[in-house]
Amino acid sequence: MAQNESATPAADEVMRAADGTPLKDSLRRSMRRAKTKALLLVAPLGLFILFSFALPIADMVKRSFYSPEISNVLPETAELLGDWDGEGLPPEEIYAAFAKELAQADEDRNVGVVSQRVNYVMPGARSLFSGTARKLGDVESGPYKPKLIEIDEDWGDPQVWSILKREAYPITMSYFLSAVDMRYNAEGEIEAVASYMQIYQQLFWRTLWMSVLITVLTIALGFPVSYLLANLPVRTSNLLMILVLLPFWTSLLVRTSSWIVILQSEGVLNDLLVFFGIVAQDNRPQMIYNKIGTIVGMTHILLPFMILPLYSVMKGIPPSYLRAARSLGANPVVAFIRVYVPQTIPGIGAGSILVFILSIGYYITPALIGGSSGQLISNFIAYHMQQSLNWHLAAALGSILLFVVLGLYYIYNKLVGADALKLG
Amino acid sequence: MGIPAYAGRLERTWYYTFRVICGLIFFFLITPIVVIVPLSFNAEPYFTFTHEMLTLDPAGYSLRWYQEFLNSDEWLTGIKNTFIIAIASTFLATSLGTIAALGLSKPYMPYKNAIMALLISPMVVPLIISAAGMYFFYSSIGLTSTFPGIILAHTALGTPFVIITVTATLVGFDQTLVRASANLGADPTTTFFKVIMPLIAPGVISGALFAFITSVDEIVIVYFIAGPEQKTVPLKMFSGIREEISPTILAVASILVGISVLLLTTLEMIRRRNERLRGIVPQ
Repeated sequence: MAQNESATPAADEVMRAADGTPLKDSLRRSMRRAKTKALLLVAPLGLFILFSFALPIADMVKRSFYSPEISNVLPETAELLGDWDGEGLPPEEIYAAFAKELAQADEDRNVGVVSQRVNYVMPGARSLFSGTARKLGDVESGPYKPKLIEIDEDWGDPQVWSILKREAYPITMSYFLSAVDMRYNAEGEIEAVASYMQIYQQLFWRTLWMSVLITVLTIALGFPVSYLLANLPVRTSNLLMILVLLPFWTSLLVRTSSWIVILQSEGVLNDLLVFFGIVAQDNRPQMIYNKIGTIVGMTHILLPFMILPLYSVMKGIPPSYLRAARSLGANPVVAFIRVYVPQTIPGIGAGSILVFILSIGYYITPALIGGSSGQLISNFIAYHMQQSLNWHLAAALGSILLFVVLGLYYIYNKLVGADALKLG
Repeated sequence: MGIPAYAGRLERTWYYTFRVICGLIFFFLITPIVVIVPLSFNAEPYFTFTHEMLTLDPAGYSLRWYQEFLNSDEWLTGIKNTFIIAIASTFLATSLGTIAALGLSKPYMPYKNAIMALLISPMVVPLIISAAGMYFFYSSIGLTSTFPGIILAHTALGTPFVIITVTATLVGFDQTLVRASANLGADPTTTFFKVIMPLIAPGVISGALFAFITSVDEIVIVYFIAGPEQKTVPLKMFSGIREEISPTILAVASILVGISVLLLTTLEMIRRRNERLRGIVPQ
């Protein structure tokens, strides 16, 4: 009794650690220390990924809707246009600011930046701006409104000004709209672009259905192989596993170039078909530089990403379940479909999301063996980055793709967990 | 998976049909990798099997494309660049990734799933998007067309592999060993190098190999942010396949296949050793 009292000497009957602090506080403090220590270990990589990876991507997303070219080059005009109600023609004040800043932009060789921005929504804007800027040198003083209209009558068109007002605002939906084949019309309403100019909706659909097709093909090819690997004795399956892992480890370019070797019209497969008399010498089917090339190449490249998760799930299914179903009277097919397949769903799900995510963002294989009909969304992003130099549109297409992928990644994370990813 | 004695004729037929199907799928997986190796010894500048090759005439075979590869300054510079970038980024990715994986596997790690998801994301985000983002951002801070820029980018791509493999090894890691080591008077650094490191070494090595091969194989980011000074082997192959198709590319490809066989063997050996150490004996 006496000993007990001395162990809890405090009157408040709180459990205390050796140094006299309440045990709860002490525990909380040590938990906090453990958490801080864990965070400190992760911090270097966290900061690194933030700087080298996350920030660049955030920058790209920003570029898809933030386009400050006009407000940078024509700051006063942009501000005044922002206050203007957009009805009819703007007041002389805006014309004056515009004329002054356009002349300045001409001196700084900045007119191109502004006119290109407007040109996306108003074809012909480039020549309107550069022509006006050139002639502005002769205009000494105001009023600028009639003089500008005299230089080009387009400046007397209220539509031109309402477009300029809309585009002068640095945050714009224009690029996202172009990325889904929509645009602002002259009245500022959203409308679909002419059907002959629509490419991106079709492209998104093509990317999606080709990814679905490739996912389905990898399931169809991966399922039997994984089943075999999971049910063979370890020694044999380890040996056969090499046939799955070797392609997984082999360079993408190697595999893509060998599909060229195999599928081209003078290639191995066509030679074989001719040799066996299946096709005529002069009637060799075109199997590459089109959709077939992309589908075959990507199915081959992504197949190991389906087999590996499927295999690890199947490995954990006890064979006794199937035997039990058989002994209860199910015939092999029923037992397989009703007992075995449902247990493989987690593997199919994990593999499918993985393959699907990888295929909708694929670039290299379609670029090399896709021809024009096998191009995916990535190829157009690259095109706008490098050839058309419409970086904002590239960013908008990229952002849409990014959101789709992140959405799928989120689902994958919920279902499987990022740390459950297995490699080799 | 033998045929049970009670199997009927239908089951037997299916059993063999199934094996044939699997054989065909394995054939589909492996042929593209094997078929280019003989073609790289083609004596003619073609991408196809010639009549001489098919009749096994020695005249149909030659080493000229390998010679061409070894005598080309451009390819050799490419190899040098590829290795500089791959080794530097593997080193960075492995050290950053291992430290982070140690933190992530601590029992009291807060926001573990969210942080893990962020750290793995470079592997999930399509390369073209990473490349686009890095192209804009790195050029605004003067990192495009420089080795540090590409090394940073490849490090980011490589770290997820290190994290995944090292955390997988740490799952079976016995935390009492750390306490025992501290109890015996070792400071944290000694504990790390003498106790933790030897045990997680398989994960670290395979993570490093993954990071290495990711960098060696990576084209999209190099294509966007490298300057002419940083041309790598894959980039040279990529433009080679696009412009003129010469069997030199097949010679390079065959060498790359050799490298992947080597890497795979190393990994397999690590895995076997690991299983042995943990007492998992193959049946």
